[in-house]
Amino acid sequence: MPNLEHPAYPAATLLRLESLVPCRESQVSMLLSIFGERQQFTFPSIFIYGHTSSGKTYVMQTLLNTLQLPHVFVNCVEYFTSRLLLEEILIQLQNCSSETKHASHVLCDTFNDFVRMFKQAVTSQDLQDQTLYIVLDRAEQLREMEANILPAFLRLQELTDRNVTVVLLSEIVWELFRPSTGCFEPFTLYFPDYSIGHLQKILSHNHPPEYSADFYAAYINILLGVFYMVCRDLKELQHLAALNFSKYCEPVVRGEANERDTRKLWKNIEPHLKKAMQTVYLREISSSQWERLQRDDGEPGQLKGLSAHAHVELPYYSKFLLIAAYLASYNPVRTDKRFFLKHHGKIKKTNFMKKHEKTSNHLLGPKPFPLDRLLAILYSIVDNRVAPTANIFSQITSLVTLQLLSLVGHNDQLDGPRYKCTVSLDFIRAIARTVNFDIIKYLYDFL
Amino acid sequence: MSPPPFAPPPPPVPFPAGGLAVTAWNWERERGDMSTCSVSKGCFVFKPSPKKRRVSPKTADYFREGNNDSEDSGLRFATCQSLWKQIKSETEQIQEELNKQLFDNLVSFLRRSHSEFQEKTTEWTCRMKSREIPTAALVLGVNVTDHDLTFKSLSEVLQNNITPYVALLQAKDCPGIKNLMQKLMGQLMNCYIDVDSSDEEDCVQVSQNRIRCSMASLISWYENITKKTDSETPSKKRTSSRHLQSPPVVVIFKDMESFTTKVLQDFLVISSQHIRELPLILIFGIATSPMIIHSLLPHSVSSLLCIELFQSLSCKEHLSTIIDKLLLTTQFAFKLSEKVLQVLINIFLYHDFSVQNFIKGFQLCIVEHFCSQPLSVLCCRLVEAKKRVNSLSHSQCENVRRLPSFRRYVESQVSEKQIALLTADNFLKEVIQKLLEDLHVYHENYVPVLRCLHVFTSSLPKYPLGKQIRELHCACLENRVWETEEYESSLQLARMLNKSDLVTMLQKCVEIFASSSGKEFDKVVEKLKEFLTQFQKLEVAGACQERGESVSSQKELQKKTDLYHLQKTLLELKESRRSKKLTKFEMLRFEVVDFIDNLVRNYLVPADHKTLHEIMYFNTASALREHLNAAPRIALHTALNNPYCYLKNRALKSDGGTISNKAPDICIVYKLHLECGRLINLVDWLEAFSTVVMAVEGPNAAASDQVDDIIHARFIRAVSELELLGFIKPSKQKTDHVARLTWGGC
Repeated sequence: MPNLEHPAYPAATLLRLESLVPCRESQVSMLLSIFGERQQFTFPSIFIYGHTSSGKTYVMQTLLNTLQLPHVFVNCVEYFTSRLLLEEILIQLQNCSSETKHASHVLCDTFNDFVRMFKQAVTSQDLQDQTLYIVLDRAEQLREMEANILPAFLRLQELTDRNVTVVLLSEIVWELFRPSTGCFEPFTLYFPDYSIGHLQKILSHNHPPEYSADFYAAYINILLGVFYMVCRDLKELQHLAALNFSKYCEPVVRGEANERDTRKLWKNIEPHLKKAMQTVYLREISSSQWERLQRDDGEPGQLKGLSAHAHVELPYYSKFLLIAAYLASYNPVRTDKRFFLKHHGKIKKTNFMKKHEKTSNHLLGPKPFPLDRLLAILYSIVDNRVAPTANIFSQITSLVTLQLLSLVGHNDQLDGPRYKCTVSLDFIRAIARTVNFDIIKYLYDFL
Repeated sequence: MSPPPFAPPPPPVPFPAGGLAVTAWNWERERGDMSTCSVSKGCFVFKPSPKKRRVSPKTADYFREGNNDSEDSGLRFATCQSLWKQIKSETEQIQEELNKQLFDNLVSFLRRSHSEFQEKTTEWTCRMKSREIPTAALVLGVNVTDHDLTFKSLSEVLQNNITPYVALLQAKDCPGIKNLMQKLMGQLMNCYIDVDSSDEEDCVQVSQNRIRCSMASLISWYENITKKTDSETPSKKRTSSRHLQSPPVVVIFKDMESFTTKVLQDFLVISSQHIRELPLILIFGIATSPMIIHSLLPHSVSSLLCIELFQSLSCKEHLSTIIDKLLLTTQFAFKLSEKVLQVLINIFLYHDFSVQNFIKGFQLCIVEHFCSQPLSVLCCRLVEAKKRVNSLSHSQCENVRRLPSFRRYVESQVSEKQIALLTADNFLKEVIQKLLEDLHVYHENYVPVLRCLHVFTSSLPKYPLGKQIRELHCACLENRVWETEEYESSLQLARMLNKSDLVTMLQKCVEIFASSSGKEFDKVVEKLKEFLTQFQKLEVAGACQERGESVSSQKELQKKTDLYHLQKTLLELKESRRSKKLTKFEMLRFEVVDFIDNLVRNYLVPADHKTLHEIMYFNTASALREHLNAAPRIALHTALNNPYCYLKNRALKSDGGTISNKAPDICIVYKLHLECGRLINLVDWLEAFSTVVMAVEGPNAAASDQVDDIIHARFIRAVSELELLGFIKPSKQKTDHVARLTWGGC
């Protein structure tokens, strides 16, 4: 295990830093050696990437805070326009060294302004003699801003002629950032995923004060055994651990088992965790509802999850419109005659099929269809006569806004709009059942 | 430069009363109010609501035909207005009651999650758990047009009970995260100013600062106001005591389905990062099913939320309550005939599920009725109506005599009375008073009997007369219900009911009659109670009797031992069972059913068999259908195919399939294009057009091969008009061809 060593910083601080970033020591020591001493110039830009919750933000924040390096930390999702982003950096810069917050307002529209004001700020804050770090979290958002922003940040050191380093944090690889016109290549650093051992170590690190570390570690072990297959997100795992820990302790609190009775404890918690995986982890029921259930010792069966309410009640004609749309989306046009004409004669599927139609349409997904076809099918599947009233047409658009249909292309409405049906087979079967319409008989795939 | 993005909107400038400016402004405001978001690309007709229209002084004139006021137009108008006012407040009250349960649940959820919010963070579990944003998924059903009202009252409830900071967001205002933040901050900061308008200092600050629409400025705003409320003088604190300590910020997403995934995700990610500084609570308005949350948000984002589900009352139940309270009551004199009610219900069930539209339709019925029926002046409470009868003018009396139902009545009278009715106004007025009273009594009796019948029919298998009371009501209004097959079969089914069901039904009926205001029902209640006691007696007596019977037959069986006799007795037994005299219970059951049948025949006479029903009942279903269920395609086709229908020009009177050259050019072009296939050759079309147009000049004029320039121009104009109307579009498949967009060609 590499111990952090650096001549520029006191050993005690480094030791504290090491204890704060378990399982990320090698990355930290790498960063430290790149950063060098306070006053030394370092790489103009560093690009750090890795999966969700692999500790990028946390490591950067702890590193900069513990070593008390001057820095600015900005989340690019939060400051969604370039103006907001630049202004935020300047504001944080103003408050960087002085503790008191002045809310003096900065106006910064272009990068040119930013460079000018940045220089001023650095001078006024007395930061010339040490490296300033600008950390841009969720840097993939930068790609959606003006084209000059990303390349300019990468060479900020050169543009401002100050001792500054820009650190980009992202979940995607650098190759997806590189603009077509080329730019300064940053130093890239990869944060690998935590292994199961790492997760075990980090999660056990924060044990509750009233229980021993070993007891909690055993619990984490069981938890990871259940959840590691589906979830490697550290934050989520921590959340789940906290939610279910009281249940794990129950036998101990009641005095039925002692802390060493691992088998008994496992028997108690394992089905509970499995249930949690199907409900609270999927956000079928909320964590507070889950906690309440635990407290009252109720069965989660009483509480229906979100997906139990999949049924949608629709007006009569909307149901038929949706059914017609589904048929139009999943049946080839040529088969309409066979399904909707009374005397269509016998057409066998085998003679009828073209080669490409042999694959199930349900595997290929819905196909777009014009409005006229939808209405033609509607008229033939509804028993009584339907007048093409304004209400029928507005129902189609209602279905679009409810996201049951989707409009394909953004053509003028008059110009023959095309739609797709986005509902699933199960959904449409449930709808068809309520109007006594046997939809399977009308689907080409099930012929 | 553009003004600051969310400076408070300027207060409405008081326009000079009357004049065009006011109406235009009103119209704009109304447009804003009406929700079109659900059917954003449909066809909208914004009817100015009659209430607003009545504000202008001339509205009453619409009720008057010509200049004489002999038909009480002013009084009719006033009656109409007051009736609508009553109905409106009634419907609002119903809605409030129906929503109460839902809102109570929501409020308690908000309180609970907010108190969890302020728990001490020192505890281990609290530290370890990630902070989720409390979220209420509010499933409201697909009747999007009704949601606006619900949200409005919801935000009122929240502002009264929880927090002054409520923001309502709509998808069409938030195409990007920037617009969303702008809207959100605009609403929140304004609402603060609304709450505490006394110090304008803050308001000035807002505009001075030209606040950046970022979460950071929202947080600093929140810190400022909570600090301020903390340091407020105690007297001021009392006013805000109904709110929670450091109240949460509630953000309502009105139409979750229409929001783009990106905007929602960004917003949730941002706000979850600042949840500790800004206690945010979200409410998702969902029209379809809560599954939409999972399909809109990836797991990484939905794991930031703590979602609880709330479901509103279904719109069908809402409608039932509305019908129950508006139509099945004697409170309002105005009634709907069967056809009209059917139109309204059909629009509801088949098309939109919107209760608001139903009420709007009802309102239209009221206005139409009072506007078109001069005698509707008598459509009010009985006491008032009797007074008004006395002051009827001669022409109004003539109107009464012209009523079909009244004529039928006259014909059934003896000849002297007939003459008196047709000539003497005073005698007529007396009779009218009596008839109105009859009608009133009929209504008073109708409702309880209908409910009583519904008690029976709603528990029969397969519901031959419908499950809902509205279906039964329609059936009774349509014609004599006891003559229908369905009624017959339901009576037969009722004769097979078991005892316990029958008893509970009778008890319900007793309750209904006892609580009704009809005077004739004392006897009915007595009779029903008698039935009930008889049933009770049966219970005691029946048990021992049956036992005795079975024992005796058993004994007989044991006596005969040889096969022949045994067979004989068994056959006899069987025979006797088949033709067995009815048991007492069965007799009683028949009696009860006959009694109910009698009630129905006495009291559920269809309304249009009653004299003077035209005064109370609105029955012009065709007008209603025209207004509410418009068919633009059909109207367009009629206009183009048969211009006489709208232009009323005698020359245009169509005589079969020929095309008149006097019709407008577009009609000629349209008719010609109906004969074409999917692709239309423009040259042929022009040829045909010029032939039709030139027909009047005779064969010698048509001989010239060259098409006149003017005719050519007229043709081009007509074709481009058709293109504008969406009948054709230019085609790239063939040169010189256009494609038809409507089908029906050969």
